[in-house]
Amino acid sequence: MNSRIEIQRNILDFTLSSLLRRKTKNAVLMVVFTIVVFMLASIIFFTNAVKREAVAVLQNSPDIVVQRLSAGRHDLIPADYIKTITDMKGVVSVKGRHWGYYFEPAASANFTLVVPDDGGEEGRIVAGKGVSRTMRAGDGDILPLKSYKGEWVVLSIKGVLKSDSELVSSDLIEISEKDFRKIFGIPKDRFTDLSVTVRNPKETLTIAKKIKDSFPDTRPILRSEVLRTYDSLFNWRSGLLLIIAAGAVLAFIIFAFDRASGLSAEERREIGILKAIGWETSDVIAFKFWEGLVISLSSFMAGIILAYFHVFVAYAPLFEPVLKGWAVLYPEFRLVPFIDPFQIATLFFLTVLPYTAATIIPSWRSAVVDPDQIMRSQ
Amino acid sequence: MISVVDVRKVFNAGKANEYIALDGVQLDIEKGRITVIKGPSGSGKTTLLSVIGCMARPSSGRIRLSGVSVEGIPDDEGYVETTSLPERFLTQIRRKTFGFIFQQYNLVAGMTVIENVMLPAYPTGEAYSAVRNRAEDLLKIFGLYSRLDAKVQWLSGGESQRVSIVRALINNPSGIIADEPTAHLDTKLSSEFMNIIESLNREGRTIIIASHDPVVCESSVIHRVVEMRDGKVIR
Amino acid sequence: MILHPAIIALYLSSFISVALLIYSSSFAAMILRKWDIGSGSELQLSLERRTYLISVILSYLFFFQFLSLFLFIYTADNLHNLFTGSMCAAGTLNVNQYGYPVLVLKIVNFILAGVWLIINRIDISAHDYPLIKNKYSLLLFVAPLMIAESALQTAYFMGLNADVITSCCGSLFSSDSTNITSEIASLPSLQAKAVFYISMTLTLAAGIVLCYKNKGGLLFSILSLLSFVISVAALISFISLYYYELPTHHCPFCILQSEYGYAGYYLYLTLLCGVVTGIGAGIAGRFSNIKSLAPVILVIQKKLIIASLLSYGIFTAIVTLKMILSDFILEGY
Ligand SMILES: Nc1ncnc2c1ncn2[C@@H]1O[C@H](COP(=O)(O)OP(=O)(O)OP(=O)(O)O)[C@@H](O)[C@H]1O
Ligand SMILES: [Mg+2]
Repeated sequence: MNSRIEIQRNILDFTLSSLLRRKTKNAVLMVVFTIVVFMLASIIFFTNAVKREAVAVLQNSPDIVVQRLSAGRHDLIPADYIKTITDMKGVVSVKGRHWGYYFEPAASANFTLVVPDDGGEEGRIVAGKGVSRTMRAGDGDILPLKSYKGEWVVLSIKGVLKSDSELVSSDLIEISEKDFRKIFGIPKDRFTDLSVTVRNPKETLTIAKKIKDSFPDTRPILRSEVLRTYDSLFNWRSGLLLIIAAGAVLAFIIFAFDRASGLSAEERREIGILKAIGWETSDVIAFKFWEGLVISLSSFMAGIILAYFHVFVAYAPLFEPVLKGWAVLYPEFRLVPFIDPFQIATLFFLTVLPYTAATIIPSWRSAVVDPDQIMRSQ
Repeated sequence: MISVVDVRKVFNAGKANEYIALDGVQLDIEKGRITVIKGPSGSGKTTLLSVIGCMARPSSGRIRLSGVSVEGIPDDEGYVETTSLPERFLTQIRRKTFGFIFQQYNLVAGMTVIENVMLPAYPTGEAYSAVRNRAEDLLKIFGLYSRLDAKVQWLSGGESQRVSIVRALINNPSGIIADEPTAHLDTKLSSEFMNIIESLNREGRTIIIASHDPVVCESSVIHRVVEMRDGKVIR
Repeated sequence: MILHPAIIALYLSSFISVALLIYSSSFAAMILRKWDIGSGSELQLSLERRTYLISVILSYLFFFQFLSLFLFIYTADNLHNLFTGSMCAAGTLNVNQYGYPVLVLKIVNFILAGVWLIINRIDISAHDYPLIKNKYSLLLFVAPLMIAESALQTAYFMGLNADVITSCCGSLFSSDSTNITSEIASLPSLQAKAVFYISMTLTLAAGIVLCYKNKGGLLFSILSLLSFVISVAALISFISLYYYELPTHHCPFCILQSEYGYAGYYLYLTLLCGVVTGIGAGIAGRFSNIKSLAPVILVIQKKLIIASLLSYGIFTAIVTLKMILSDFILEGY
């Protein structure tokens, strides 16, 4: 038992010295491997972190949002719906919400205008970081917005939102109800939509059905549904990115296979010597195993560490061009670092496993050379 | 004692390029003696050595070794029959029983002298430090201690030869097999080599050398010359 | 269909495993027909060399299988958000009829690959490779199972439909429904505990008898397999409750989550280790009359028995400690 460990230690020793002897050749392989791992890890870390952010934000959204549809389009909802819904069994409270998108031609950017729960302070707003950045306006500055009639509504910024999650709050402007109605021209008895709080989460579906029955022109949206949509959206997105990256993985695997099967004359001779002086086929296979393990694990680790820095410290600069397409107000992500064993296992499966599989047969082939061959090669 | 009974080795059997390298070889090699196998090129000397040295299996016939014990292999009356053993077991026997010296030295370039010498001991599972001590002692005996950490590609021909002898001795085998060991040495180094062989033999090792070098074949230290031709032992 | 990175990873690993196995099977068939250890022919030499490759492939496969088993559960757990009614892996696996069969096949194939490696280990320690035919027949038996696993897994992932409303651990493993798992869950906890401890004790006794008297190999195999099944049932029936500290939550999967310190991993790890070595030990016993194996078989068997008993012992110890140290009182529910 002890001697078996000793054998593996000795072989590992030899492996390391052999890797060092062929520094450049192995370095090329490891660099390529690291890049592949880095790429996949960045995709997985990034999409997971963004997903978590989104889910965290949605977690405090209302149980049910009730929108009104007319002719299939979102329409303002009358205030008297509130009463009927509040009276339904299991409903804790119903609030009317005001929010809308505002297009700012100068910066050609879209802002999200929202009336906070407390109704807001007339003439004053709180701006998201992205808004403040694009409009070059900070605390105490004036931000004029044009109403639907073309009149200017002059607002002063009383604060800039500080939020963990810039992804959602970046383009936000918190505005008073009065100013909001002025800008969008919304009558007093209308809301953008209603938010419904439910006593027992298990009854959400039943209540949604009841709302739909009472008001056939509404569309109740469940939080769980939104969460689910987000979840699958992000899964799709990272899956899709991975499939695009699959080409790179495949190319790498072919490269690795080629490397492993096309041993140089030098390496062939070395293995021939080992076999001739008393190494057994399985010892050479063990040598090849350690070699693969050292190469793949160190590249794997390096790739993951680099990806961690890329995504969580440098905020994914390589993804910037892709993400900038999502919104003009590109938020400077402050992604909360998050890695779990699941992501690592997935990455391991996507990179180390195919690499290992691709090198099994070539390394076996190099291990079964005739021990007496070396006596004949002149 | 090694007995070779009616051994045949056929390469590419059943194919157009079938070649009979050993054709019914019958030979007994005594323990503790120096035996030289002589014969023209292509007569099958190397093939015979590899079959005796458990590097290759004969196509038919039997080879029996005495004084070998390997876990899991039965022996009858002190003999182990190696003929039908799988490679895994042949290697175990070979490691314990024979040290090999090759014509080309066959040292691993880029590694140091001591690392090269220790290589055959790696898969035996012996503790590193014990092997290292033995390697240093052997290198001292062969006057190579000062070159311990030199890379083998910088050694002279004679030094390389001695390193390969030390490597053959590292597992303390009872036999030494040498294939054309003097092919790359001048006369002086060749006779030095024969002196080394003599001293190894005096320690009780059985030695088998394949060579057609007169320095070896006509040396006074050897006990017996076996002559081969066309895969057969003729004398 | 859901395109999740982990699902892609599982597809990839099952594809690789199946490809390697089909490759190995073709040589297994050849070995079964042409193997002749006494021959020095070139065919025999090349077959012997193939055996190294197949051992290596199977070792990797065993490792891949092990990882994929846990990745599969982890994935199911991770996807639970997508299915209404699902709180953990139990619900996701229940989304279509393939989920649980895949899980069972993954476990079975893992055990079989482990047993194959044990037989291989025994075989190559004898100079005449006496078990070569058994070994490669077993390989030809494992291959279709592995292919089935891969096919079912594909069907399962393809059929994952986010609109499905599934039932999860709450109802699957609750005492009021009427399937087999809920019957396990509704077992009175005292009886369930008794069955668990009795099976562990019997396995221990059989192991000791096998070790010293070299008798009852088959019995030990069966008992260690039974202990595995009973331990999983015990996890559902009462062990999980001590981890969740809830009298009605019988889920065997939630215990793998980080909230419970990944306790499930070492519990399942010891069980898997116990069952593979346990079955292996019993099988080793069946070969003790082969002459060439005689000098080594008992040593190997003893090691396997010790490994198996140790694994089960650790499992029992962890579980018992958990029950003793927990403030949670189960009896009466
Ligand atoms: N793997 C092989 N396949 C086919 N033929 C082989 C193989 N190995 C050796 N031979 C042939 O077997 C014959 C005997 O070879 P061997 O090396 O034993 O001769 P030798 O007596 O050592 O010759 P030399 O003095 O040149 O070293 C040679 O003709 C060689 O071509
Ligand atoms: Mg020759």
